[in-house]
Amino acid sequence: MTDTVLWYTTRGAGAVSLVLLSAVVVLGVLSTLRFQSASWPRFLTTGLHRNVALIAVVFLALHIVTAVVDPFTHLGWLPAVIPFSSYYRTLWLGLGTVAFDLLIAVVVTSLVRGYIGHTIWRTIHWLAYGSWPIAVIHGLGTGTDAFSAWLLALTVMCVVAVAISIAYRLWAGSPDPLASARGAFRSAAERREER
Amino acid sequence: MKTELHIVIDRIKCDGHGLCAELLPELIRLDDWGYPIVAPGPVPEALLPLAQRAVQACPVLALAVTRTERQRKHSG
Amino acid sequence: MSELRVLAGRDLMAGPESLADHVRRLGPLPPSGHGLVETLDRSGVVGRGGAAFPLGAKWRSVAAKSRGSAVVIVNGAEGEPQSRKDRLLMTTRPHLIFDGAFLATRAVHANQVVVLIGEEHEAARAAMARALGDRPEPEARIARIVSAPNRYVAGSSSAAVHLVNTGIGTPTTTPPHPHERGVGGTPTLVQNVESLAHVALIARHGDAWYRSAGRRGASGTLLITIAGAVAGPGVLEIEAGTTVAEAVALAGGTTEPTGAVLIGGYFGAWVDAADAWDLPLDAAALRARGLSLGCGVVGVLPKSSCGVCATARVMRFLATESSAQCGPCFFGLRALADACDRLAERGTNPDDIERLQRWSTEVRGRGACHHPDGAVMFLQSALKTFSAAFASHPAHWRRQPA
Repeated sequence: MTDTVLWYTTRGAGAVSLVLLSAVVVLGVLSTLRFQSASWPRFLTTGLHRNVALIAVVFLALHIVTAVVDPFTHLGWLPAVIPFSSYYRTLWLGLGTVAFDLLIAVVVTSLVRGYIGHTIWRTIHWLAYGSWPIAVIHGLGTGTDAFSAWLLALTVMCVVAVAISIAYRLWAGSPDPLASARGAFRSAAERREER
Repeated sequence: MKTELHIVIDRIKCDGHGLCAELLPELIRLDDWGYPIVAPGPVPEALLPLAQRAVQACPVLALAVTRTERQRKHSG
Repeated sequence: MSELRVLAGRDLMAGPESLADHVRRLGPLPPSGHGLVETLDRSGVVGRGGAAFPLGAKWRSVAAKSRGSAVVIVNGAEGEPQSRKDRLLMTTRPHLIFDGAFLATRAVHANQVVVLIGEEHEAARAAMARALGDRPEPEARIARIVSAPNRYVAGSSSAAVHLVNTGIGTPTTTPPHPHERGVGGTPTLVQNVESLAHVALIARHGDAWYRSAGRRGASGTLLITIAGAVAGPGVLEIEAGTTVAEAVALAGGTTEPTGAVLIGGYFGAWVDAADAWDLPLDAAALRARGLSLGCGVVGVLPKSSCGVCATARVMRFLATESSAQCGPCFFGLRALADACDRLAERGTNPDDIERLQRWSTEVRGRGACHHPDGAVMFLQSALKTFSAAFASHPAHWRRQPA
């Protein structure tokens, strides 16, 4: 009985994490696009991005803990942080660990952003673009033996939402009003040669 | 020793995102091009929590609140 | 007056003064003691790059933070378009500049000298490079020449440091200031070439000698560049405190009736001709009157030239020279220049005048460097000096003679 509860909790928390993390990616893209409207201020995008990410971490923790303590998987705690160290579904679970590790790096650096400075924070934040697709593949790969329809449908919706937002971002270009002027001035202000 | 709070903006990092003006309209408004104009004078202590929230919300960490000794004469 | 000091010596047309001639004319440099900084204090000499900061205090602040590896930047970038004095000094009296530079290295405990020369100023670079080669080995070894890009802001202190550090001549956020953290993170003294030339003479002749020149309470001599409607435009060495009228007379007098005078170049201010003639050309005296000597450019605008059109041209230049790092400067100066162009070409209108006033107040102080502040102060002086012209400017295509 308990085993089944644990198993369903793992899958349920995993699905919720996927939805929440997909929302986080979309909100992140909206943030760089400087999206706003009369009823949606800029700080709502960034605030949601942060808070939904933290909630996602809670569900992710639930997902990982229930998977580890489940006697069926014989996982132990190590595979939660070291990728590809489990006997159970080594590859697919390992991908989940990779995604989790990247996400931890993103979340921790964001919490201490004020101390590490903008440049380092930004470089590591790009890992998020690696973490999310790996998490999706992990979800598709470690799903139980039969692909349940609802999980598949959920995954497709998340992927489509993220794909649309990224495609729009690439098409719309950088909304930074100074970007091109700054670049033009810098190339004019560069030192040509030195005696 | 009396201290004063001041808002300091790194003008090169600032990219005109405008979250500071949304979160602290009492002290910050945006010019015609989306860049912040800070009201002169010290920040009232009561607004410090809002100011700190604005500092955290800035996407490029251009905003800061510093505490200095009370200025005896006007600067600039 | 007319006792030349930094420009004394052989004819300026004869090219750079060699080290041998320099030593023969002035004697060898005295062994630099401690005491030079105090001598600079007593002389009252101030910097000639535009900020007019007392040299003694400036050197002391670098020396205090230096731990033996400070850097001296010899700033010959001369980005102000109408200024010629720095180039003239570098082309004709390079050893005065190098004397001052190496005296500075000893005073602030520096082990590096970087000379900035505009990349298009070929004659100056050739003269300084040759002079550097003639210096004694311990000096030549620690010095090098770096090309500065031909941009207005590239000559400012933080831009100079940034250029040496990264190869890009854009201003940076201060603090930290160069004297705290500059080239390679060490305290850096950024000094204009003319300032160093004066130091080389003060080290030999003393502070009382320096103060023996000067009128109306001012000390020393200084270089100015007179441009515009005068018979003999160019660089002059004058006693500090010389009035604009006296300086213009030295430059051969005006060629036609004068409308206004630009004091301090594009980083300065327009003054109505009637008020300008008695202005003393001295940094402190001008500052007391709310003006600035800047790098010493005095521009004489004839009555026949339109002040509005001249202002619009300069504002367009200043807008293009923004380094585009700060929104208020880049967008603000462009909007101000656009409004000036509209006034100049299509005639006056109250909306644009109101915009000029409003944006001027909003842009000031909101850049990382002082470029927008200088541009705004220039514009406000134009609005005041040419107020009648701005209010009644007719529409016409910009075919005004310069």
